[in-house]
Amino acid sequence: MADEVILLDVWASPFGMRVRIALREKGIKFDWRAEDLSNKSPLLLKMNPVTKQIPVLIHNGKPVCESLIIVQYIDEVWKDRTPLLPSDPYERAHARFWGDYVDKKIYSTARQVCTTKGEPKEAAKKELIQCFKTLEGELGDKAYFGGKTFGLVDIALIPFYGWFHSLETIGNLNMEAEFPKLVAWGKRCLEKESVSQTLPDQLKVHDFLLGIRKKLGIE
Amino acid sequence: MADEVILLNFWPSVFGMRIRIALAEKGIEYEYREEDLWNKSPLLLKMNPVHKKIPVLIHNGKPICESLIAVQYIDEVWKDKSPFFPSDPYERAQARFWADYVDKKMYSIGRTVWTTKGEEQEAAKKELIEMLKVLEGELGDKAYFGGENFGYIDIALIPFYSRFYTLETFGNFSIEAECPKLMGWAKRCHKRESVSNSLPDFHEVYDFVVQLNKRLGIS
Repeated sequence: MADEVILLDVWASPFGMRVRIALREKGIKFDWRAEDLSNKSPLLLKMNPVTKQIPVLIHNGKPVCESLIIVQYIDEVWKDRTPLLPSDPYERAHARFWGDYVDKKIYSTARQVCTTKGEPKEAAKKELIQCFKTLEGELGDKAYFGGKTFGLVDIALIPFYGWFHSLETIGNLNMEAEFPKLVAWGKRCLEKESVSQTLPDQLKVHDFLLGIRKKLGIE
Repeated sequence: MADEVILLNFWPSVFGMRIRIALAEKGIEYEYREEDLWNKSPLLLKMNPVHKKIPVLIHNGKPICESLIAVQYIDEVWKDKSPFFPSDPYERAQARFWADYVDKKMYSIGRTVWTTKGEEQEAAKKELIEMLKVLEGELGDKAYFGGENFGYIDIALIPFYSRFYTLETFGNFSIEAECPKLMGWAKRCHKRESVSNSLPDFHEVYDFVVQLNKRLGIS
């Protein structure tokens, strides 16, 4: 019997992108449903009553929430192909640690750089630079954070590559000069179909972030 | 060859308690080392250079940081007894979701209750009670969050029981009155040796928080 896989999402969400990439890595067909976050569907509210947020994966009618939890679920269910986590427990803990690091540090900081001004922006920029340097240190000379293969940490971080153009223009950062390894890694990931099919055009993301700035009255 | 297991911890930490409970549930012998958070040891700084925080589990010289990641690691390495997770991927995803729910908010909301007054404290108190009621709803009539067996969500949440007296005293409310089923669950868990040996005395925790507030200039 075929699996029914539905993803409740919004195009711009880095968290939704993680799930799309994971599904595509595994070659899983899914029904992508765009939510209007100002008018959430009854299905979303029913499937995620606790946080009411996207993304929500609905697999044969049962919901899984929180992007990195969803990615691990996908890896465990469709375990016969393209593993997203290593098999060794220590390496798995290592991957979870860095996935958690990205989760804790990147989104809120990058968003603050792109949608605030003055002191909060400068403080966020300083922190973000530190985070990217730390991530570059962890990546080292590996092709991917997972080593030779694309995995959980790569999936956690690559959606933010779509923000690099905005970080350069709004944040006044020279990403290629300051984080050459990270930029090279981003380009390498984009060579993968699962990523290139999922990541929106950087200019589209930029317009989206400019839209938020406008709404917040930031100039 | 025997495993060498070390835990770098600070006795009032709810996060450290999770690892202590997990190790005890599996019957793992380990060396407990108390850290002075105002004078962190070279070992701690070497084993957790990214966050510089406790708890850190060190297994045969290799560090695992972030309490829930360490608990999952313990379950995967010592997989021959007392599993913390069900075997079904969907149930596992649900367990991760609820532990993550606890992890995201409970400590910071609790901290607001015991370090502020007036409106800010009232708002935090309200949010905390709401959270506990949501968890109570998830528990339902089960003995443990895991069902019949003590598991991952129970391990994630039960350390906060050591802060209930502190929260009730600072916040001037009764958790038992608000969430009687949750209190029943907490007392049930506390009967387990792994939990009663890992949780400190509730009054000692309260005294510690009072002292810490003084030290930080919070009155």
